[in-house]
Amino acid sequence: MTETPAPLRIAIVDDEALARAVAREYLETMPGVEVVAECANGFEAVKVVAEHRPDLLLLDVQMPKLDGFEVLDLVGRDVAVVFVTAYDQYALRAFEVHAVDYLLKPFSAERLAEALDRARSRLGQSAPPPVRALSVAAHPEQRYASRILVRDGSRVHVLPASRIAYVQAQDDYITISCDGKDYLKEQTLTEAEAALDPAKFVRIHRSFVLNLDCLSRVELDARENRVAVLADGRRLPVSRSGYQRLSSLL
Amino acid sequence: MHPILARPARLASYLAGWLVVGALIAGAVSRRGLSVSEAVVFVLPPLLVYAFICLSAWYVCRAVPLRTSGALRVLAACSLAAAVAAGLWFGLALAWVALLESMPGRDGLAEAYGQQTPFLLSVAVLLFLLALAVHYLVLAFEETREADRQRLALQVHARDAELRALRAQLNPHFLYNCLNSIGALTTVDPSGARRMCLMLGEFLRTTLHAGALARIALADELALADRFLSIEQVRFGSRLEIERRIDEAALSARVPPLFLQPLVENAVIHGIASLLDGGIILLDVRRAGGRLVIAIENACDPELLTPMRHGTGLTNVRDRLHALFGSAATMTARAHQGRFRVELNLPLSVDD
Repeated sequence: MTETPAPLRIAIVDDEALARAVAREYLETMPGVEVVAECANGFEAVKVVAEHRPDLLLLDVQMPKLDGFEVLDLVGRDVAVVFVTAYDQYALRAFEVHAVDYLLKPFSAERLAEALDRARSRLGQSAPPPVRALSVAAHPEQRYASRILVRDGSRVHVLPASRIAYVQAQDDYITISCDGKDYLKEQTLTEAEAALDPAKFVRIHRSFVLNLDCLSRVELDARENRVAVLADGRRLPVSRSGYQRLSSLL
Repeated sequence: MHPILARPARLASYLAGWLVVGALIAGAVSRRGLSVSEAVVFVLPPLLVYAFICLSAWYVCRAVPLRTSGALRVLAACSLAAAVAAGLWFGLALAWVALLESMPGRDGLAEAYGQQTPFLLSVAVLLFLLALAVHYLVLAFEETREADRQRLALQVHARDAELRALRAQLNPHFLYNCLNSIGALTTVDPSGARRMCLMLGEFLRTTLHAGALARIALADELALADRFLSIEQVRFGSRLEIERRIDEAALSARVPPLFLQPLVENAVIHGIASLLDGGIILLDVRRAGGRLVIAIENACDPELLTPMRHGTGLTNVRDRLHALFGSAATMTARAHQGRFRVELNLPLSVDD
């Protein structure tokens, strides 16, 4: 006798009610599937992932405020993602960020079933590889992130890049200092540095990326080490190579 | 680059012309007391060198263009250049004669040459003036050709803008999303699905029809925008609201077909679709004297202004207006307090 596997728990994320209705209708006829939530935007999706822990998101790309790629950036470690969109130009990037599949609207029930099969076999493996920082992915016209998204349980903080003072590495995490508050994000400093505009943000130290607009001056401390003094008085260490990068920009 | 030196074929015919001139001068000289062979040896070599000196007329023509320089200036420059060139030629000829004289059996050449001086000098001046005239002609010819080329390029560009604008009318993603909505409606609301099919069919038919016309009535253009918006309302539901402020006096104006379509589409895709709760799209049309003023305003997410401002939709409309009306039409786009407004101002034309 074969054991019945646990149902695949799915959340549908689309800002159009009719588009959600099609997906739900298809899914209701499929065995071994449970629709745990429907979300009309990216914020709801992040909340649902935190609260209901679905196995899979059917995720629209173009949504208000948080697009599909930004949602994936925030929750991609916790859930598998199948993108669903009328636009084919994001397909390549979708697979770069390890989406399970990419469905083009309108799609058939058979095509959806195929995507679910892929998701099942992906879930059978170990956790998906970590996702790169991709808040720019859905905006090909801008090369660098204009904002960084940070998930805090079911909430999402949107940090505009211009208001970020510095980013600090903390083991596998980074701390982002924005408007005097610190936000913790699961990402490496190198990934964060790559997403930010290099004309504004400079790696001044192995563990620090600094926003030039927030720099007040560089001075020497008692032990002849260079220190960056921020406009609000905070002090960050500057390494030798960091100082070279800094001087080349100033 | 020099127009004659640059092409071997032109240079060859230029030099051939000079050979003819040389033969004529040699003939004239021989009638003044030299033998034909002496006259040829005497005249031709310096003359061929002079042919190259005369090519410098090009630079005079370039430095003193006929169109922008005064007559006096042209006259002075030409006379000066001709005098200098003729002087140069005279010096060359003098050296050539001295060389010939140093050979045996050529006595009396210098004397014969001395007699020919006034004749040869005036011929040299005339030849240089002729060269100037030829170069001015070549210059005018090339300018006309360049102007033609530019006019053609401009026409192609305008046509291109037209085509791009028309092609952009039928955005495939709009169709895909429509089909997806219809697919959803077939089970939850079959009569709604049928309504949507009818609206879409009507929209496609009028779009294709209008695209083939040169001008349509503004009333028809606005009806088309309405159809498009009612279809989008099925997709976006209560998120999309529409407000109209239409001046009846403007409705009979003739406008390029489908020129509002990209703007309305922009307002939906980059405006309403980017807001969690959607918002209002305002169509504001009025007649102001001999001008037609059309504004499309939508709610927008202030954080996402870049795609609104620089989308291909706006660029296409701007290019097309420019191609059709030149500087007589203007388009402005600005964002203010969460609203994005595009305003078109074009000359009003009404059918008789």
